Amino acid sequence: MELNQYLEVFIEESKEHLQACNEQLLELEKNPDDLMIINEIFRSAHTLKGMSATMGYEDLASLTHQMENVLDAIRNSRLKTTPEILDVIFMAVDHLEDMVQSIAAGGDGKKNVTETVEKLKLIEKGELVVTSAKPEVAATTAVDTPILSNYDEFELTVLKQSKEQGFGVYEIAIALREDCLLKAARVYMVFEVLEKIGEVIKSSPSVDQLEEEQFDQEFSVTIVSKENPEDIKGMIMKVSEVVKTEVKSLEFSELSNVTELEVHSINDNSEVQSDDPSLISSAPADRPQVEEKKNNGKQNNSNKTIRVNIERLDILMNLFEELVIDRGRLEQISKDLENTELTETVERMSRISGDLQNIILNMRMVQVETVFNRFPRMVRQLARDLNKKINLEIVGAETELDRTVIDEIGDPLVHLLRNSVDHGIESPEERRTKGKYEEGTVVLRAFHSGNHVFIEIEDDGAGISKEKVLKKAISKGIITEQAAAGFTDKQAYELILSSGFSTAEKISDISGRGVGLDVVKNTIESLGGTISIDSKENKGTIFSIQLPLTLSIISVMLVEIQKEKFAIPLSSIIETAIIKDSEIMNAHNQKVIDFRGKVVPLVFLKDIFEVPSELVEDHFHSVIIVRKGDKMAGLIVDSFIGQQEVVLKSLGNYLTNVFAISGATILGDGQAALIVDCNALIK
Amino acid sequence: MAEMLVSDLKVIVFQLNDKEYAVPVEQVKSIEKIMHITRVPHTYSFVKGVMNLRGVVTPLIDLRVRFGLEEQAYSESTRVIIVSVEDKEVGLIVDGANDVIDIPSSMIEPPPVIVGITAEGFINGVANLDKRLLIVIDLVNILETDEINAL
Repeated sequence: MELNQYLEVFIEESKEHLQACNEQLLELEKNPDDLMIINEIFRSAHTLKGMSATMGYEDLASLTHQMENVLDAIRNSRLKTTPEILDVIFMAVDHLEDMVQSIAAGGDGKKNVTETVEKLKLIEKGELVVTSAKPEVAATTAVDTPILSNYDEFELTVLKQSKEQGFGVYEIAIALREDCLLKAARVYMVFEVLEKIGEVIKSSPSVDQLEEEQFDQEFSVTIVSKENPEDIKGMIMKVSEVVKTEVKSLEFSELSNVTELEVHSINDNSEVQSDDPSLISSAPADRPQVEEKKNNGKQNNSNKTIRVNIERLDILMNLFEELVIDRGRLEQISKDLENTELTETVERMSRISGDLQNIILNMRMVQVETVFNRFPRMVRQLARDLNKKINLEIVGAETELDRTVIDEIGDPLVHLLRNSVDHGIESPEERRTKGKYEEGTVVLRAFHSGNHVFIEIEDDGAGISKEKVLKKAISKGIITEQAAAGFTDKQAYELILSSGFSTAEKISDISGRGVGLDVVKNTIESLGGTISIDSKENKGTIFSIQLPLTLSIISVMLVEIQKEKFAIPLSSIIETAIIKDSEIMNAHNQKVIDFRGKVVPLVFLKDIFEVPSELVEDHFHSVIIVRKGDKMAGLIVDSFIGQQEVVLKSLGNYLTNVFAISGATILGDGQAALIVDCNALIK
Repeated sequence: MAEMLVSDLKVIVFQLNDKEYAVPVEQVKSIEKIMHITRVPHTYSFVKGVMNLRGVVTPLIDLRVRFGLEEQAYSESTRVIIVSVEDKEVGLIVDGANDVIDIPSSMIEPPPVIVGITAEGFINGVANLDKRLLIVIDLVNILETDEINAL
């Protein structure tokens, strides 16, 4: 199908619209009366509906439509925004997200959403009692109240008056044959028939759309007529190529249920535009206007960007990596040849490719916002589930990170946020007794510092109790009692990141299912990052994650062990040194050295990596001091080769989880060298 | 056209210990001479290491070791057959590879039961072509590492 080529765009845009819905809904929760926000949501929902209908995803379209109806009701002040209504809308958005996900994954985007649709309908019916503040109560009484919503006021008046004058109000659903070629002509004929027997009040799609054949096979028309339904049906059926005609007599109480679906979709188009100016002018504060300006600004910006498939960027990156490898080789050759002209050219090329590298890396940078933007929703839901009051502040969402990091960082952050919300922030009662504001605050902060990006999650909750943590760790056999005595606060806090640890006494399904924060720690370390915790009891906790800016090109120290070359990431190296045999001491079967007043355990990489011994051992050892958090270790190698920028490559899907090896790189001479994962070497 | 595809299996023929083996051509990406191998510690004995294959770090499996045959030093004729199965891409080190032939599928018989125990799971079938015995290998099983992990 030719629609396939639009599928990608459809999925992307749907995601954007859903995200916009999510964000605006959260805003709406804060300012329930702000019509501008509702308009924004409405517009997103409306576009989404249109797109999904065009693409043939009926479930998606119908759910969006139902949601739109509720939004419309809110917009026209027939409904008041309440948390309950928002919950249902949020639920609907969730379903929509699932559907889009399913479509993106190659599915058909079908999902059983009848429950949500029912709920939305119920809410919408609640609109009927304008005066009632509580729509869920209204829902039960709604049925026998006359509707005012589905037809605009003028149409309603007409319908009512016709009714009073003894006309029948009928909604007629008409289906044309699938192979009907001149649909517009048939529509015209149907209308001609109808106009002879009565008056056409409304049609869905609108007459214009019908004339332009912008409908599938079915359309519906609302007419007032004195004829009886059977005769009307018979007359319409006489028009050729009409396969089905259903005539329903409408009572006013029914109107909402039966016809609203169709009728609304017509109204929407025209209303969105026509309503806007008036809304802006009538809006209570100047805030909406500011927002409007913001939006305009956004639109201008978006014109200057293009969408590029991430795959293409990856290919570009891969090609550039090849270039970096050859660059290394060229640099080597020019050094060996000592030809000035060659050296100059190579240097120039190196500089240019350096710039190119920066640009390509920057292109792959993604704002952390793409990860952060789903958190407000999540925290809101969690807070509601846990009956807590939580305000999530996001700072520095525009901070940029490499896409590879972005892809991985989501889950750990979800985990940490859940942890903060569940275990960190106390219940409102508890907070009150502690003299804090009932509403807890969780701050999610991202910022750049040097070659790293920091992400912090700070809460003003209960903090971590050192005693509790130590007691727990001892009881779980993670540490011994003697060791516990010497633990600093920080060391103790970090225990909660070790596997098999979960301090919450109560297991909730928010966090604490045994898979604890150790997973978070592992993920972050596998990304080349670190995580640290700081906490004050009853004041709150800060989880601080440090991440490298990029993962694909890293600086390493190349070393030689016997005849093999290994690369050690510069990010974990503190310094290098040469030590004598006599400086090595023994402590508990562990060789250590005294390094600037600290006892540092030694790791003989030759043994760890089982390097075949071919060369005689020296009395001098080259040692690289590496660190992981506060811990250090000295890696013994045979010689240092030097520092180099290398391209990090994986060992492929066949070799996964090789101990202490995080990947490989290709050196200037074309050989592959393994990259040492220092984190795995320090326990 | 479709019949042709069904009836003929195009294979690359390679040697191990004077025996001839065959691997379907569509699973083979290229055949390379042996290059510098970087040893990878702590992995299976049959994984000789990784090689730089035009910028892609490719793991190498010594098929002799994988099949339980004795190891032999690599020579001029030693070849690496780069194969790709599912999402995995690896190189198979073999004694030599120099032939591409079509085997009519009717000539392929299921593996005989008496074949050596180690190699049994790695064989898809045996083809008898003019007194030439070709063993069609089962790449999926050869690359499967789950059973080894379990041990």
